[in-house]
Amino acid sequence: MAGAVNLLAQRHPINGALSLVVVMGSLAVEYLLLGAEFVAVVQVIVYAGAIMVLFVFVIMLLNAGEEERTKGSRVALLFGVPGMLLGSILIGWVLLERGGGGTVPAGALPGAPKVIGWLLFHDFLLPFEVTSILVLIAIMGAVVLASHPDTDQGKKEG
Amino acid sequence: MVPISYYLILSGILFACGVTGFLIKRNIISIFMSIELMLNGVNLSFVAFAAQWHALSGQVFVFFVMVVAAAEAAVGLAIIISVYRTRETLNVDQVDLLKL
Amino acid sequence: MTPALHLWLIPVLPLVGAAINGIVGKKFSRQAVAGVALLFSGAAFVLVLSVAFRFSSLVTPYTETLAAWIRAGAFQADFAFYLDQLSLVMLLVVTGVGLLIHIYSVGYMWEEGGFYRFFAYLNLFMFFMLTLVLANNYLLMFIGWEGVGLASYLLIGFWFTKDSAASAGKKAFIVNRIGDFGFLIALFLLIKHSGSLNFEQITQSVGPLSPETSGAGLLTVIGLLLMVGAAGKSAQIPLYVWLPDAMEGPTPVSALIHAATMVTAGVYMVSRSHVIFERAPIALMVVAIVGTLTTLFAATIAVTQTDIKKVLAYSTVSQLGYMFIACGVGAFSAAIFHLMTHAFFKGLLFLAAGSVIHAVSGEQDMRQMGGLRTKIPWTFWTMTVGTFAIAGIPPLAGFFSKDEILWRAYQTSWVYWAIGLFTAFLTSFYMFRLWFLTFFGEYRGGAESGHENSTQAHFAHDDTRAGAGAPAPHELGIHESPGVMVIPLVVLAVLSVTGGWIGVPGSLGGGNRFEKFLGPVFHSTASAFSRELPSTGETAPPKKGADGSESQTGRSTELALTGISVLAALIGFGLAWLLYYHDPQLPHQIASSLGGFYQAVVHKYYIDELYATLFVKPLIAGSALILWHGVDRDVIDAALDNSAHGANQVSDSIRHMQSGNLRSYAGWVAAGAAGVIAYMVWMGTR
Repeated sequence: MAGAVNLLAQRHPINGALSLVVVMGSLAVEYLLLGAEFVAVVQVIVYAGAIMVLFVFVIMLLNAGEEERTKGSRVALLFGVPGMLLGSILIGWVLLERGGGGTVPAGALPGAPKVIGWLLFHDFLLPFEVTSILVLIAIMGAVVLASHPDTDQGKKEG
Repeated sequence: MVPISYYLILSGILFACGVTGFLIKRNIISIFMSIELMLNGVNLSFVAFAAQWHALSGQVFVFFVMVVAAAEAAVGLAIIISVYRTRETLNVDQVDLLKL
Repeated sequence: MTPALHLWLIPVLPLVGAAINGIVGKKFSRQAVAGVALLFSGAAFVLVLSVAFRFSSLVTPYTETLAAWIRAGAFQADFAFYLDQLSLVMLLVVTGVGLLIHIYSVGYMWEEGGFYRFFAYLNLFMFFMLTLVLANNYLLMFIGWEGVGLASYLLIGFWFTKDSAASAGKKAFIVNRIGDFGFLIALFLLIKHSGSLNFEQITQSVGPLSPETSGAGLLTVIGLLLMVGAAGKSAQIPLYVWLPDAMEGPTPVSALIHAATMVTAGVYMVSRSHVIFERAPIALMVVAIVGTLTTLFAATIAVTQTDIKKVLAYSTVSQLGYMFIACGVGAFSAAIFHLMTHAFFKGLLFLAAGSVIHAVSGEQDMRQMGGLRTKIPWTFWTMTVGTFAIAGIPPLAGFFSKDEILWRAYQTSWVYWAIGLFTAFLTSFYMFRLWFLTFFGEYRGGAESGHENSTQAHFAHDDTRAGAGAPAPHELGIHESPGVMVIPLVVLAVLSVTGGWIGVPGSLGGGNRFEKFLGPVFHSTASAFSRELPSTGETAPPKKGADGSESQTGRSTELALTGISVLAALIGFGLAWLLYYHDPQLPHQIASSLGGFYQAVVHKYYIDELYATLFVKPLIAGSALILWHGVDRDVIDAALDNSAHGANQVSDSIRHMQSGNLRSYAGWVAAGAAGVIAYMVWMGTR
């Protein structure tokens, strides 16, 4: 939570990225508490390891600096923030009042990789394949978009 | 024995922080990071429910969400790069060519 | 065991011809268009003839239902056709005279533009008229009624680029419409009274009533309103004003529609409704009075007109008045008889007049004619026959029919008879005046030198069109018409001579077969009528046996009256001879001595101007001010404009939402999402 709030507070994006890493890490611990070992590990590897690294690379590439002060959107500040705050407070209040549907035992679930792998390749095979195609397309798109304009003259395909 | 509502509240707070950051921040990369924060919050609630109901498909779904988030981050950042190249700014308020 | 007659083919065949000519006729050659038109109307005529031959073996009235149309609870009106003696007579007249006029038009209109359009309209008219005659209920008849009004409008305004023709067409249609309004209200009242518009059902529901119980009630109103409709269609007072203007149309149109068929639709309709009229004596009297007034009025105007077609037009109005007098005294078969003979000789007169106009290259003013009898002999002789027929000289057709009317009128009231007699004198006078002015004396016009006067005969004439087998008239000066025009004239002349012979009354030795033929139509319900008479009633009609053998006094009275009317016709002839042949200076002196009265008559008693001031101008002004400015512009247009303006303003204000600013978009999304989540949570906790 601290990390999340810090993300908001920081002005320089690199500081924001670092606090986001903190958030990822703490989330991984939460997952472990819930007995989802595979997910926790994947969280650390993929999210904290790959995605955040990507973010940091881009920040450094673009030489992002401190945020400037420009005129923001009135609408966002006026409607969005209070709306969201109200919404989340409402949810929290409701949940606390009602008490939810039960408790969760710590570490109760066998989230072993073997089991998840079994599920992935049997019950969820189709989404798995589709997702891999999605990743492929994302790769192509990213390459094309990010390629240097000068070198595009002769290229036909990204 | 942690009541599930705590996990859900935490997930909600994370999500709310993400939205607020999205609305407040001017740097486009910061906005992107807020998006990642939102996705994480959602992941947390998925795993919590999976644990409560002993349904492993919740965790499998988290897996998929992560993959999609990764892809989206990659493409989004590529877009940011090309926008930066043309506009020379990372300030999202200055990319308003769609204005009527 | 009635054989299927396929009556529906009779109207439909000309409709097919109209469709063919109208849709693709423009691409055909003139011969093809004429061929199509003649083929379909000829086929209709042949079909009618075959029906006529089989008629004696039929059970009449014969009804044939084509298709169901309106079935609304107890009310039922179908596309059904009704054949009895009356409709057979009308059919023969319409298709026969119609076919002859079609043939004539081929020659008359040969060099006009819009040839295909003319024949399409002509066939269309035949379709509507035949529907009118064959209908078995008032509603289908009304379709034909309106349709012939439409065809009349189209044909009068055939040369629509000419202002006077276009407005004449408009005038005809609008005045007709006024009559139709009366007709419609009558139909509604009929439904209220009898629950149906079928002739047979109305006969059943109205028949048992007798005049003293039903006279002053609904039936009288219905009868009066029907008369309004007939007055519009058949050009009686006060709705006759369209007929003289209708002479703007081509002459065959005037012959067919405004002499032989359409204007007789009113008489037909009144005869069809005789069941109603016989039980509404007041309405019947009104019919007779209107007829009487009209016949006299129109005849006086005809005396002073100088345009040959206008004379014939007013003559038509006057003769129609005669038919209404006949209806008004209950002599419906006499009215139909006169309708038939009038179709013959008036059609002949119009066609011959067209031939004359064609000969003098478009001149219609009789003062510019004269001495034509040696130059266009065929036209002269046929027109002579027609003139003698309309004047009522025996043994031609007009004599028998007109005399029958006068005799029956006398039996009801000598006033009707006297006015009818005077009008007969006037008729003879102005017709022979026309005859003398046109054919005798010295030629006063300028067509010898190839001089063309404006009006109508060759309005769209293309002088370079010398081909296609038609003579190029202007180089020839005054010339006789081509054979295709003369032959119908001859046929009609023969009919004008012989047509009356089927109605020779008993007093003159004949058997009056015509009246006996129509007997079953009119006399089946006459028993209720003949006992009572209209409130002006004088003597009851003398008892007539089946063979016309009447009492001695009745017979000699009839003979005396016949003699008097022939005398009146001869006096008219003599007066015309005096004024227009023997001593041509006399008319001028008489006219100038009569001064103002003469001027009034020449200007048609200023009725047109009266109507214009009373009705037309206020209507146009009101329409422009209220309907155009007030409703159309300020309400309808304004509503549209304002709603468009409003849409503009709304979108203008919403436009600001699309600012291109990412964060404002996000803000909207977040706000919306928050709202939805809150709503869901709230619903979940209920």
